[in-house]
Amino acid sequence: MKTLCKTAVVPAVVIVVALVFSGIAVAGWEPKKPVDFIIMAGKGGGADKMARLMQSVIEKHKLASKPFIPINKPGGSGAEALVHLKQKTGDDHTIMVTLNSFYTTPLRQPGLGVDVMTFAPIGRMAEDTFLLWVHKDTGIMNVDDFVKAAKSAGNKWIMAGTGKGQEDQLLTNFLNKAYGLDMKYVPFKGGGRVAKELAGKHANSTVNNPSEQLGFYEAGNTVPLAAFTQDRLPLFANAPTFRELGKDFVYFMQRSVVGAPGMSKEAEEYYRNVFKKVFQTEEWQGYMKKKSLQGEFLTGSDLKAYWKREKDIHETMLKDIGEI
Amino acid sequence: MEILDHLIQGFAIAFQPLNLGLVIFGCALGLFIGAMPGLGSVNGVAILLPMTFLVPPTGAIIFLAAIYYGAMYGGAISSIMLGIPGASTAVATTFDGRPMALQGLADKALITAATASFVGGTISVILFTLFAPPLAAVALAFGAAEEFALMMLAFATFIGLGGDDIPKTLFSIFIGLVFSAVGLDIISGQPRLIFADIPGFLHGINFLVLAIGIYGIGEMLWTIESSKGDVQISQATVTVRRIIDDLRTFKHTIKATVMGSFLGYFVGILPAAGATPGSLMAYGVAKTISKHPESFGKGNPEGVAAPEAANNAASTGSMLPMLTLGIPGSPTTAILLGGMVIWGLEPGPMLFIEHQEFVWGLIASLYVANVFSLLINVAFIPAFIWVLRLPFTILAPIIFVLCIVGGYAPTQDMHDVWLILIFGVVGYLMRKLEYPLAPAVLAIVLGPLAETSMRQALLISNGSFMVFFERPISGPIMVTAMVLFLLPVFAWMKGKLRSRPAPPGEEQ
Repeated sequence: MKTLCKTAVVPAVVIVVALVFSGIAVAGWEPKKPVDFIIMAGKGGGADKMARLMQSVIEKHKLASKPFIPINKPGGSGAEALVHLKQKTGDDHTIMVTLNSFYTTPLRQPGLGVDVMTFAPIGRMAEDTFLLWVHKDTGIMNVDDFVKAAKSAGNKWIMAGTGKGQEDQLLTNFLNKAYGLDMKYVPFKGGGRVAKELAGKHANSTVNNPSEQLGFYEAGNTVPLAAFTQDRLPLFANAPTFRELGKDFVYFMQRSVVGAPGMSKEAEEYYRNVFKKVFQTEEWQGYMKKKSLQGEFLTGSDLKAYWKREKDIHETMLKDIGEI
Repeated sequence: MEILDHLIQGFAIAFQPLNLGLVIFGCALGLFIGAMPGLGSVNGVAILLPMTFLVPPTGAIIFLAAIYYGAMYGGAISSIMLGIPGASTAVATTFDGRPMALQGLADKALITAATASFVGGTISVILFTLFAPPLAAVALAFGAAEEFALMMLAFATFIGLGGDDIPKTLFSIFIGLVFSAVGLDIISGQPRLIFADIPGFLHGINFLVLAIGIYGIGEMLWTIESSKGDVQISQATVTVRRIIDDLRTFKHTIKATVMGSFLGYFVGILPAAGATPGSLMAYGVAKTISKHPESFGKGNPEGVAAPEAANNAASTGSMLPMLTLGIPGSPTTAILLGGMVIWGLEPGPMLFIEHQEFVWGLIASLYVANVFSLLINVAFIPAFIWVLRLPFTILAPIIFVLCIVGGYAPTQDMHDVWLILIFGVVGYLMRKLEYPLAPAVLAIVLGPLAETSMRQALLISNGSFMVFFERPISGPIMVTAMVLFLLPVFAWMKGKLRSRPAPPGEEQ
């Protein structure tokens, strides 16, 4: 009798403990079909590489029972992706990797009827950094040289970026304003393409993320002049921050995962657990270090508060340049 | 020779039993993935990406590349057999492959496609082996203006062909361009031509939807009408003797094949283009340089050889910008790129220096993949022919189901299925009125690329169109395109000057 008790109690305890520790994920919701993993940008850009890394990590560590299928929807500075997600309201199998066009595109196009605050806050995976880049052959080594060259070129100075009214254009406008320049902004599809435009000398400068320019930088094609960060980036220790140069300007790009609006709480919790685990993996941490990514994992109401703050900042910036 | 050393080293890696097995398995799998409409190499590679965690990184990428490769061979199969392009890259193969199959020459079309793919693949891997770094520089030199010039050249190869009814060709191109403009404007992000605010139009009209509609559904309606409900059995047969004979007649298509290989490869290495425009351009050029341009679209083997050689060459070509610049030249390479990132193989200019073993192992495995894709493909031809010999009453529903599934799979949107049905009926009517349909497909593929690059170039040049003519690469391409555009006019003038003993209305 005693042994029977034991044999019954031990497994029961184990099950209870397991349930407590694994939270709702085990007992609760699981995807019933492959999950649409929307990428709000073109192929080969920073957002795209990161999304595919997340997908691979999920597969490798079997963090989800169903595959995550990456789908690029780069059209119209992310408008295509946002509208798609809005159409999927209430869908538990559509999530999206976002960047800052998450704030700017709905602000610029109220006609889309997208309210990003309704999206399910799954997790902020990192904040990406920006630097100002030029081609090595220009001989430009610092921001002073850059300002001189860009000033004399006037509106013939081409700044390539990733879309209208997006991060890159905000930074371009900041530079134009701060240094009295008249650079022309030309949008391309995806940061990878933008990086290539600079390496091929079709553009005079870019404000790429480190992950996009790293290959060309390591090959000695391109030079980072300054970083839009709080402190110098360990990877590009020679590039000062704009703060050091007397322009108090810091700008980050969120790398977050969001769910379709009206996603069930159970599904939201499930994805939150998945991506929290992704964040903690060696691969993700290594990638963040290698690509100069920053920031902690943020989720739920904290992430929503962060969105609210960032959205307001972007609204001010966009008003500043007359985009809205 | 340094390259040879590297290559031998690479073969040592590719011939390791595990890697060799992965190549063969990958080719066979790719062949079937490519042959299923709607399940192109993109989906295949994406679905199988996680499977590769079971093997070391080099083997994994070799496996994925082999699938990509096999799918390029496989795409031709359903284009020829069923008249539905198995993948976007095989659209051009339908133009002549399907008529050949209807004439009972399916085996010949399949053999032509397989051998052309082999030649295209092999030529491109050799080019890759010898000239990877300088070709990467070519890819870099292509900016927005050059890209637009190239797109103009692609249009010109189709319109300046002569023989076709020019106004009808123009109409077909323009309707394709209008369709390609639907969706969100890339430069400004504004929605355009969203008919009745139907949300499905926001993601644009995918050209595979148009191609499946026109060629899949339209073709079926056409066959139903022409057979008048009679139960038809295809005349297709296959014997070893016929296969050998077909291989012998390969020399008739050698010109188109070699041209397609080089053209496809160069279009493939350009970051924005990929294998689909490459194969369409190759078809246009093959028709231009052919001795029998009038038989194109009616079952000319050259019309199968050129696009098939080109799409295989382009698939190798599109690996070049991926490996050297970190920019995928096609959707499939974008997923390969994602796979490489996870294994710490960061594509970019440094890859050839830091991960030589991987790069050369991959290149060597492409040679191997080519050989096995050809062998597997030829070995399965009798099985494909058997499918074709099924009575049309059985085949038609299968084709219909494949069309619907193929249209639904990529976007998982019923909107696209309705569009396929509409395009099918419209395509059938257009065909009855003798409108050429290929130019519309070409326009919907190239339209968005041409529009974006033109607007980027014009932004850079402050609206001056001279930017397309001034630059050293885009200038000559643009002039060539212009000459091709005007070719029919010249031909017409020549015909006028010559006093006409020939009856009017003769094909030129």
